[in-house]
Amino acid sequence: MTIGNNSISPPSQLIFEISKPGRRALSQMVSTQEAEAKALLNELPAALRREEKARLPEVSELQAVRHYTNLSRKNFSIDTNFYPLGSCTMKYNPRGAHRAAMNPGYLQRHPLRSQQVNQGLLKLLHELQDWIADLTGMQQTSLTPMAGAQGEFAGIAMIQAYHNARGDDARTEIIVPTAAHGTNPATAVMCGYKVREIPIEDSGDVDVEALKAAVGPQTAGLMLTNPSTCGVFERRIKEIAEIVHEAGGLLYYDGANMNAILGQARPGDMGFDVLHLNLHKTFATPHGGGGPGAGPVAVNAKLAPYLPGPVVEEKDGKYEWATPSDSIGRLSSFMGNVGVLIRAHYYAMTLGREGLTDAGALATLNANYLMARLEKEGFKVTFSGRRATHEFIISFQKETKQYKVNAMDFAKRLLDYGFHAPTTYFPLLIPECWLIEPTETEAKHELDRFVDVLIKIREEAINSPEVVKQAPHTLPVKRLDDVKAARELVLKADFEQIDAAKANQQ
Amino acid sequence: MSNCPNDLKYTQSHEWIRIEDNIATIGITDHAQSELGDLVYVELPEEGAEFEQGDEAGVVESVKTASDIYAPLSGKVIAVNELLEDAPESINNDAYGDGWIFQLELSDATEVDSLLDADDYEAQIESDDE
Repeated sequence: MTIGNNSISPPSQLIFEISKPGRRALSQMVSTQEAEAKALLNELPAALRREEKARLPEVSELQAVRHYTNLSRKNFSIDTNFYPLGSCTMKYNPRGAHRAAMNPGYLQRHPLRSQQVNQGLLKLLHELQDWIADLTGMQQTSLTPMAGAQGEFAGIAMIQAYHNARGDDARTEIIVPTAAHGTNPATAVMCGYKVREIPIEDSGDVDVEALKAAVGPQTAGLMLTNPSTCGVFERRIKEIAEIVHEAGGLLYYDGANMNAILGQARPGDMGFDVLHLNLHKTFATPHGGGGPGAGPVAVNAKLAPYLPGPVVEEKDGKYEWATPSDSIGRLSSFMGNVGVLIRAHYYAMTLGREGLTDAGALATLNANYLMARLEKEGFKVTFSGRRATHEFIISFQKETKQYKVNAMDFAKRLLDYGFHAPTTYFPLLIPECWLIEPTETEAKHELDRFVDVLIKIREEAINSPEVVKQAPHTLPVKRLDDVKAARELVLKADFEQIDAAKANQQ
Repeated sequence: MSNCPNDLKYTQSHEWIRIEDNIATIGITDHAQSELGDLVYVELPEEGAEFEQGDEAGVVESVKTASDIYAPLSGKVIAVNELLEDAPESINNDAYGDGWIFQLELSDATEVDSLLDADDYEAQIESDDE
């Protein structure tokens, strides 16, 4: 077992609990003299100045290093464990890309320096814009959105701007399939649209008849993920695009699952008008807290004038910032998370067109291998008979009924065996499900080990169900009360309590 | 065996309905609450809102999923169970009692014939399980 060895984990304390007044890490302190610092501070408007000293933890350098190193050891991460979190594409983040982004020439850039001295970085961003447009079959890209959700927001805002500019402003609805990512309806609502849901068929495809019935003069657009969250390719996509376009709506492509089709098929060719990509998925940049994210948007000619700015343009071999003519505005200062964009550029540059295509193919192969093995071992594959894309769904409905051990129990027990759990209970319409996405970077050996462990957990569910129902047993924290967490979430430390506890110790 | 009182009506989407004169009291079934797991949030309809049969009327959210509640009949909302705002678990504890969600004044009493009775509903959830 690689994780959860409690003997090496010190008790979980907040850094404020080990704080003692006057402790300093002198080597880390800013060299500015106090008088000088005060003078600088006085340049700030009075209203922006803090009146009381900020309460910061006071610890030695070694204490700070230990605290955060030990916290990091409690983590599951792609660097430590297989992490088949469906729809999240938790692939390996190549160290070479980090090294490239750490190049002092990039680190020292400031967007307000003259464009003259930023030419190298601007060229890189311009290339990435072009590659994304090329790989997705779109005309133009904006790299500014700082995550997938912000990319979605930009996309729907552009659709809205397009309709409004044409005086076509009675379009009030965005259509999403029931299997959509939760961010899709949330985005539509944030842009002021009403969400209309359409069902999917038993095969996993969108119900085209229901779509026909749903479209009309009120339709602003359709948001679709393809391959879908059911882990299958939307086979009637061209027909879907025609139906929406005929009604006067536009098509938004949620690029969350782009890893499966990179180099094989392009959303632009399927009829989509606008899309976002998650660079932290498809282009192997780090996720979430390890990120930050990046969610570039790409559009066809219709929507190009509305792209969020700035974008990088090339004129006579020189690169410069530009704002599209009818831009929806800015979503971040300057160019979003440039460090992440550099990593994505490196990834694409290193793999090349063939390599990117291979990555998608291998992700699909890994998913189909894992699905076939699990099905052979008697696990219920939801869209059996269809080829999986880069991910697939299994359902524990049978196990839940027969052994009273549900999908969440299996997921928690998996942690004890050193695997991060797949996405549980998503998509919402499949009961007791897991969405499993192994990605291209796992070896066959690791996939086989995953299947072996699942078989073992099923045996435990039959013979000693309590072991599974009370899992995890080996992690720094045991089974969390997620109901209590949802109902009475406390995220703030109580300084009074901490001070009282310290006073008692003395 | 499922707990489906005989004096109630049901829908395929797992609402129960208690009809008293022209008033329908609506909740989600014991089977539904057990499938959803512990509820953490209920989005109630607004008093005075008017629904057509089958309209989305609210949302129940558990730690594992969120589900729409549909108006099983057409009518106007005349009361909502505000207890659920602070105590959504009332639905888990007492789906047919304290866990009621809203009341409709019916605009078309003939729609009641389209609802399922307890036997039909039980047969449906058994076939869903297969």
